[in-house]
Amino acid sequence: MAAYTSLRALRAALESGDTTSVALVQASLERAETLEPQLRAFVWLRKEGALADAAASDARRAQGAVRGPLDGIPVALKDNLVKRGERTTCCSRILEGFVSPYDATAVERLEAAGAVVIGATNLDEFAMGSSTEQSCQGATRNPWDLERAPGGSSGGSAAVVAAGIVPLALGSDTGGSIRQPAALCGVVGIKPTYGRVSRWGLVAFASSLDQIGVFARSAEDAAFGLECLCGHDPRDSTSLPEPAPDLSGRLDGDVSGLVIGLPDEYFATEGADPAVLDAVRTAVGELEAAGAKVRPVSLPHTSYAVATYYLIATAEASSNLARYDGVRYGYRADQVESLTDLYFRSRSEGFGAEVKRRIVLGTYVLSAGYYEAYYKKAQQVRTLLRRDFEAAFEGCDLLATPTTPEVAFPIGAKTDDPLTMYLSDVYTVSANLAGVPGVSLPCGFAEGLPIGLQLLGPALDEATLLRAADAFQRRTDHHTATPPEFP
Amino acid sequence: MARISRDEVERVVALARLSMDEAELTRAQSDLLAILEYVETLEGLDTEGVPPTSHVLPMPTPLRDDEPASPLDPALAVANAPEASGSAFVVPKVIAGEEEG
Repeated sequence: MAAYTSLRALRAALESGDTTSVALVQASLERAETLEPQLRAFVWLRKEGALADAAASDARRAQGAVRGPLDGIPVALKDNLVKRGERTTCCSRILEGFVSPYDATAVERLEAAGAVVIGATNLDEFAMGSSTEQSCQGATRNPWDLERAPGGSSGGSAAVVAAGIVPLALGSDTGGSIRQPAALCGVVGIKPTYGRVSRWGLVAFASSLDQIGVFARSAEDAAFGLECLCGHDPRDSTSLPEPAPDLSGRLDGDVSGLVIGLPDEYFATEGADPAVLDAVRTAVGELEAAGAKVRPVSLPHTSYAVATYYLIATAEASSNLARYDGVRYGYRADQVESLTDLYFRSRSEGFGAEVKRRIVLGTYVLSAGYYEAYYKKAQQVRTLLRRDFEAAFEGCDLLATPTTPEVAFPIGAKTDDPLTMYLSDVYTVSANLAGVPGVSLPCGFAEGLPIGLQLLGPALDEATLLRAADAFQRRTDHHTATPPEFP
Repeated sequence: MARISRDEVERVVALARLSMDEAELTRAQSDLLAILEYVETLEGLDTEGVPPTSHVLPMPTPLRDDEPASPLDPALAVANAPEASGSAFVVPKVIAGEEEG
């Protein structure tokens, strides 16, 4: 498979018999193995199973029983999504050896659409991070510059799409973990509305913020991927009772009359790279030239978003991660003296530094005497942030912002300073707090590294986001650029 | 200015069922101080009368029909346990035996 072939072209090649699923999957597996020593993006590859699934897809096609646009297409999962009979570690020692007895709904739906899972990708431990360095597997490398981080926490999934290993990969986004690595790796990444995609089988980090989404090279490919994941799932009580939307069928290239808001606060952030801001303004100009109307808007509580996010996310994480007790699954310390000793030692030896840092902060803010001052206050500010979006969307169809304040940073540059790392998500966390959908798409380069344009929309309007993203990609070619070392 | 004493850090670390050595505790204290100082920006914001967010989207209470469904096979449920016996998880003894008093 060439580094960038659209799903539409791959599907046409499968339909015409120019290629087979077995050939596509074989090519993906070979490229994954060839690039792995440099990228370190996969946690595991599923060679025999994937080839068997691909052969089954070819057999279905021969019988005229194709399941959908993804039938026979190789895809990758983030290693915090469970697949029956396969390992899921969240790149944490504490889940060492865990083999899932069931499929995540997102995985089940991808496979029901015919997609072939070739492997699982690296992440920051339990999806806590912005660089994919905090992983017990070691850091994943950015395909555009192997000395730089791919972003995180879904850096592995972003990297394998950017390097042309698979056309589609799943990720999860709690504070920007799809959009930020998509921006730093030069691919499309979409986080849908909270509740659009069932979280059943996604290992929980911060349950009121987590959402599954996809990485692809184009908005059209992302639409094909996302639409097959959506829809109500009774196994997740936060799953929205909405039917799956038609996303790919609404990409008509037309943005005339669409009103795009530019939030003042996102373009006035201290420390943001002027080259990133310029590229985003130029991209918005492109959409304006295509007929969209652009107007300034204000999201006045934006500067409180990162603090709010870290209080809520760590509180929920400390609660969710209480289940890792060395009893039911995963790592258990040796030679323990008592049940209490088993808990303390298994957790202390099993969790990495960043996860412990967040558990401790979360435990602190939820502890007696501090709940009102921190957690409740953060949930009140969250309401103000949501209201900002509601007010902005009264006058706009979508908002355009940078996805990240800067391009990909060198590996190790931020690992000793958690606050600086947290600020990597300054433009993305608000969408998680408000539950609204967001997409990042490549819109230019600085120092040879990709820049991301973020589009945010009102709840349930992924279709408009992808329509605008697709319209932009019909007029530009940033998304077709490939990393020089991995053409 | 955020203040968090070493005793408080030790108490929270124990509440979280974690143990840390001296160096880790020192690091945890300075990280907590830095992060709490940062989140203090929220204190300046007037949230009087603002309801805390409980759900980001208005959703009816999810209900499902009261129909029996198959649970996870108990053998599968314990398959990932570090130590299991039949369909039970094995843990260290929590009640002292007769011989121990």
